[in-house]
This record gives sequence, structure tokens and C-alpha cells, in this order.
Amino acid sequence: MTEPMARAEALEQPDSADRPMVEIRGLTKRFGQFQALRSIDLTIRRGTVFGFIGPNGAGKSTTMAILATLLLPDDGIVRIDGIDVTEHPKEVRKRIGYMPDFFGVYDQFRTTEYLHFYGASCGIPRAEREALIPQLLELVNLSDKKDAYVDTLSRGMKQRLCLARCLVHDPDLLILDEPASGLDPRARIEMREIMKELKAMGKTIIISSHILPELAEMVDEIGVIEQGRMIAQGSVADIQHRLQAGRILELRLAGRAEEAALLLEGEPHVGRLMVEGQLIRFQFAGGDEEQAELLVRLVERGFRPIAFSEAQTNLEDVFLEMTKGIGVEA
Amino acid sequence: MNGPSSAKRLLPELRTRLINPVLGKEFTLRMRTPRSMWALLFYLASIGILAFGFLYVFQIDYVIGTTVFDPGRSRTMFLFISIAQLGLIAFMTPGLTAGVVSGEREKQTLNLLLVTQQSSTSIILSKLVSSLSFMTLLVISTVPVFSIVFLFGGISPGQVGTVFAFYLFTMLSFGSFGVLFSTLMKRTMLSVITSYGLTLFMYGGTAFLFLILNLIIENGLSGQTSAPAYYGWIGYLMGLNPAAALVSIFEPGLSDSIFRAGWRLGMANSANAPIQLWQEYFIVYSVLTVIAILLSIRRIRPVPNRKRKKVAG
Repeated sequence: MTEPMARAEALEQPDSADRPMVEIRGLTKRFGQFQALRSIDLTIRRGTVFGFIGPNGAGKSTTMAILATLLLPDDGIVRIDGIDVTEHPKEVRKRIGYMPDFFGVYDQFRTTEYLHFYGASCGIPRAEREALIPQLLELVNLSDKKDAYVDTLSRGMKQRLCLARCLVHDPDLLILDEPASGLDPRARIEMREIMKELKAMGKTIIISSHILPELAEMVDEIGVIEQGRMIAQGSVADIQHRLQAGRILELRLAGRAEEAALLLEGEPHVGRLMVEGQLIRFQFAGGDEEQAELLVRLVERGFRPIAFSEAQTNLEDVFLEMTKGIGVEA
Repeated sequence: MNGPSSAKRLLPELRTRLINPVLGKEFTLRMRTPRSMWALLFYLASIGILAFGFLYVFQIDYVIGTTVFDPGRSRTMFLFISIAQLGLIAFMTPGLTAGVVSGEREKQTLNLLLVTQQSSTSIILSKLVSSLSFMTLLVISTVPVFSIVFLFGGISPGQVGTVFAFYLFTMLSFGSFGVLFSTLMKRTMLSVITSYGLTLFMYGGTAFLFLILNLIIENGLSGQTSAPAYYGWIGYLMGLNPAAALVSIFEPGLSDSIFRAGWRLGMANSANAPIQLWQEYFIVYSVLTVIAILLSIRRIRPVPNRKRKKVAG
């Protein structure tokens, strides 16, 4: 194997600055009868923050585990920084920092010892680690916990410690699988701030998260995966444009909701519709002007709206709603 | 003045060179849990009770001034303690090794370890060495108990050394089986049960099979008048039994009598064993140990599908 071969392979690729950080072609993975990934294609440029969204079991974690060399693909090509993950996993591991969705820690270690262990396991000399670890603890706001035993840390602190672990060998690519899952709002905000700092440091980041809407300002690209298929991928601007073509409106009435729903079904720009008691939720493809006209028509017909506004849905919910059924096998 | 500070720098340096990070972690974490202290206490108490129990039951008459001296009795005691210790090793080894990989998998720390630069070889060997080091600590701590036999004579320090070497080899073998099961099986419980099952078979099952086969064949031949076929091969079963192998080191006649079982019908009473039991034990278990370690190393990370590679190539 080696290192020289992996480097040679990387050199055959375009210039390192132009070379995509992640390149996936036709990635397929099966677990027995279950088809986890179906010919996924994905390219992530260097320095990009890529948001990975999709429901549970869609294939996000499987894709990330393959990128982290923990699983082997059944078919397809997966390259990180031009290096094939199947052919040269050791070289790939030097370039990635991986944080799984569920992970454990060695409770009997102190925070500093924990990072020393992973630093040493990544081949960082002790002298370098001595200088590096305080900086990492500073970055993840754990400096005051440097001598604490890991089992005394809160869940949020453990998540941040795990993030520091990912960074110990200064990887180019961070693969973060649900890094904020199970965190309280304050811990999520802290995690988001750290992400911003990492982005500023020029790291390429792949992040799957339920707090994607909160991260929307720092995510450059989004990929949506459902039932093992990549059903949409593009810049946040593209996705937002597509979302605006299909806003979800909520109409709460004082009564006669079923009747109002029948009226709405015949209206232009109105798409899929759902009635819950006196609340009607529907897709609306029109702009603000059309929305105002629709309200006027409802009032003219004698309906008495209590509230009429755009639904407070997050990027993930809306996108999944819009793409429902696309990934279903024909 | 420079001495202490350079020594201070030298120690971590030496530690880094001699102990890889995974081994260092295993040593540190193992000794930070009260479980290790309890294991040591339980082990020493068990071997102590067995040794002193033997002394009490058999009343070895060694009274200062009466010059009662019985090396034969002392030898029996040595064999008894040796086999008792072997039993304790059989009991402890699966418990210490059968969860080393699956335990990390269950604690969800294995993947974090696998994405580091540590090779599969280093991870497996470190885990094996760390578990065996603890076992070695347990065994070495029993040296004072073993030394009781020196009070009565009849046993040389060399023989005690041989027994300890045998223990180390047995621990390495059964430890590597434990690590293999721990690597192949996702659940520690399953791995521990399999390891204990294998250990039980090797200690008790082989002896039982030998006796049963011997009886069955002998009974089958009892009415036969013509010369029976040689069935001494069943002796090889006893070569897989650690207790029989240990005793055969000190009682060379044991191997002969085991293999001579096939000639019981008066065919060749003076025949010698084709191989000493301990020699067979050493050869077979060396091969199995190497296979177990190599398989563990290969299976701890996903194995590339050769067929797929070929097609891709």
C-alpha cells in the first residue's frame, strides 16, 4: 500500500486546490436484503460546508461511515482528496476527522488524557500534543475542564470533547454525523459557534443535523437523501429558491374549515392541502400579492380567518415534504 | 541538578517508545477501576485457600525437630496447586479477553479507535498484551503461595519456572481465542459464553471424550478374538487438554500410558507414546493461537471484497 502509491494516485488528479475534497460516484451499499445506498453521486469542493439532510434510515450515516473507512462500499468509487477510501484507507484517515452520531468515551480518562490518547493514536508527537491540546480545549470551550474526568462532563461537553478529538490531527475534512443531537438549545448554540470557527479555519465539513435550519447561514451546499438516493443537491440559494416556489401557508378559521378547504382546492397556486380541526395547511406557489388576494376572496365568501401566515417550518421539514415520494422505488 | 529533570523527560520518552497508545490506554484504564483490585483479591484468596486447604487436609507432617520429610507428598501438593492455578487461569482468561473488542463496540468507542492511525495489528496485539499482562500479574502474585512447596523440598525452582512458562503459553492461547470471539461477535455476552464453552470443552470435554471413546472401543472389541486395530490415536485428544499436558511435563509416563490405551488387550505393553502430550499441546495450540491472532487482525476492520476489486481493476 502505500503511502507513496496513495500520493501518486492523488497526484494523478487535478491540482490539489482544484481537486474536490469528496468525490462519490455510483456509491451502492447493501446490508443483506436492505438496499442502504443506491448509486449515489456527490461532489464536495474544498472549504465547503455541506449539509446532509434526510429522514432516519435514509443513508446519511452509512455514507458517512464509508467516507470514514468504517464500511466498505459494494459498488462505486469514493475518493477523499483524490484518494480512494477502499484502496488507501490509512491515508484517508489522516485527512478526516469523524464524529459518529452515537459514541462513547473512556470515562476513567481525564479530558486532557483523552485527547492525548487520540493524538498519540494519530501519530502526533507528545511535544506537539502538549502545545495543541490546550488550544483545542479553548476552541471547544472546555479549558476549565482540562483536569476533569470525562464521566463528570455533561452530554454537551462530551460532544464538544469529541469534536476536539476529531481535530487533534488537524484534518482537512470533518465528517460530523448529527453533532448536535440530544443537546439542549444552549449547547446547540455553542456547537453552532464552534462550527462557524471551523468554517473560518477553512475546513471542509460534512454535517448531518436536525439543526440544519439553525446552520443555514453557514452551510454552503445541501444534499437531500431519501431511501438511499440523493434526490437533491445544490447551493443553499438554489434550495431556498425552490422552497419559495412552494411555501406552506397556515389558515386558522373561526369555523367552516372543511368548506374553506374545498374552496382552496379550486384556487390557483394552491397545492397539497391538509385540514386539522379549524387549521388548514397548504402549499402555495404564489407570491405575496396572490396571497393577499386569496385572503380577500376568503373573507368575501364569508369565511372568518383568525390567522393567516406562512408556516414556521424548518428547511428540513419543508424540503422533505416537497420531495416526499421521490425516492420511492418505482 | 540536571539529573532529575532529564530523567523526568526520559521517562515519557521511553514510555512512548515502548508502549503504543492503545496499550498505554489499556494499562491506565484497567488499573483505574476497582474491579482489578477485586480480581486480584479473589484470585489470591482462591489459590491461597486451595493451597492451605490441601495442607490441612493431607496434614503434611513437617514439624521442626521431628525430621519428617516426604518429597513425594510435596510433589503431589505442587501438582495440585499447579492444576488448581491452571483452573483459575481457565476461569479468568475468557473473562479478561472475550470482551476486549466487543466491549469497545458496545461502548461505541471502537469506531473512534478505528479511524485513528493505529493499525489493526497494533490494536489487537495491544489488547491481548494488556489482558495477558494483568493475568501475568495475577499469576506472579501467587509465587509466594507456590513457594510453600520449597519448605518441604522435592521441587526445584526450575520446575516452578516451567509451570509458569506453561501458564504464560496457555494464557496466550486461550486469550487469543477470547480476542478472536470478541472480534467476530458483536455482543460481549455471546463472545464470553463461546469462550467459556471452548475452554470447558478443552479442559473437560477432551478428557471426557477420551474416556468415553476408550470405553466404547474396548467394549466393542471385548468379544473379538482376532488382533484389534490400533486405536491409540484417541490419545491425541488428551494432548489438547491443558491439565493433561501440564502433568505430562512432570510425569513423562503419563503420555505413554495415555497412548498405550489402544494396546490394552495385551498387544504391546511397552510401546512408547508417539509424542509427549505437552509437545502435541504446544504444537497444536501454537498454530491455533497464530490463526486466532491473524484472523482477529484481519476482521477488526472491514475486509475488502477481492472479487469486487478484481472486477474494478
